[in-house]
Amino acid sequence: MNYTYFPGCTLYTKGKSFDDAGKAAGERLGFSLEELPSWTCCGATFPLAEDYDMALASPTRVLAHSRQRGDKLVTLCAVCHNVLKRTNHVMKTNDERRAKVTEFIEEPYDAGLEVLHYLEVLRDEIGFEAVAGKVQKNLSGLRVAPFYGCLLLRPKAEMAMDDPDAPSIFEDLLAALGAEPVDYPMKAECCGAFQVVHSDAMATRCSREIIASARGRGAELLVTACPLCQFNLEDRQAEMARGEQGFKGLPVLYFTELLDVALGGDPDRIDPDKHHTDPRPVLQARGL
Amino acid sequence: MRVKLDGDRVRNDRIRKVEEIADQSVYRCYQCGKCSAACPATPEMDMLPSQVIRYLQLGMDDKVFAANTPWICASCLQCMTVCPKGVDLARLMEAIRMLQLRKGQNQIEIRAFDRAYLERAPQIAMISAYRKFLSLS
Repeated sequence: MNYTYFPGCTLYTKGKSFDDAGKAAGERLGFSLEELPSWTCCGATFPLAEDYDMALASPTRVLAHSRQRGDKLVTLCAVCHNVLKRTNHVMKTNDERRAKVTEFIEEPYDAGLEVLHYLEVLRDEIGFEAVAGKVQKNLSGLRVAPFYGCLLLRPKAEMAMDDPDAPSIFEDLLAALGAEPVDYPMKAECCGAFQVVHSDAMATRCSREIIASARGRGAELLVTACPLCQFNLEDRQAEMARGEQGFKGLPVLYFTELLDVALGGDPDRIDPDKHHTDPRPVLQARGL
Repeated sequence: MRVKLDGDRVRNDRIRKVEEIADQSVYRCYQCGKCSAACPATPEMDMLPSQVIRYLQLGMDDKVFAANTPWICASCLQCMTVCPKGVDLARLMEAIRMLQLRKGQNQIEIRAFDRAYLERAPQIAMISAYRKFLSLS
């Protein structure tokens, strides 16, 4: 099975391990991610201004090009996923805006595409039971905090992925890998997102509360589906440690990295230099 | 706090513009305060999210446009998720930002970021921030 894949700006550079592990795990599960040719930026934020049609041009072009190749588009980055899925919702529900934007980009788009996150592919196309059947190294006993953040789940009606108040897609995946998903109150909170560039203090505080919440519930590892969350939760740990005596860090991995390890991938692919808190000791302690 | 209302300011052009850009009516809100309770960013804000909408209802948009609140909002949508009246407050925040950005009131300075920071920060952080904090002109 092949899926048209939209990597976005970060997945071939700062978020390369997210992409590499996602592709490797996909191959082990029997599907390939095929890069959409000549893709452009998704826009990085969904325009919340109703009069800002220009900001829909770039994501709509991505949708239109993907549609020429099939009826599904897969993303890994939660930001791209949010922007493309919400734009697609506008295209499906607002004929006037669709006509305006497609006329501007000079590309037809019938709004017939389905935008899927990699997690949705695992749940709805492959099935978590089939994933469980491919596990080579059971993550038994590993206490993992799934971090949803804001973009995967909200707004519920448009993302239509899971319940923002009580999501389970991440937990179900972790359970399929044999890990013990940690339930903690901050799992769908905001990490500070792009505010890290503008209000560093806000992003550091938000990220600290998330790390502390997961730690408090016994997590040894946190996984995310977003390069922005990964950066805030990981990079801010140096700042958190400065502001708090006895601060205990928490390793943060992309969920694909853990998935790939469980499916037989080499844990040595995880580069400790990319992490403030080295994830390898936690994995090694479980014999991974 | 004593507030003197000015009837001429209620529903003024700028507030109507905010509602138009946001595609939301500020009058749907009945001030339950759930948005402020849910918002993860209030410690850094100088006006609560529920106060932003209250001041817009009362024609006190000057206070709202002087507040840092819309610039601290990360559009995480916790507020719209909990709102019992279906108000998408994040859209109102975006409209308030837009009206300032469209006048060239940039909130960040690209040249201020040092090389070490840019080498660490993922592209998505920088591009999202440029979209949220820089004018289009």
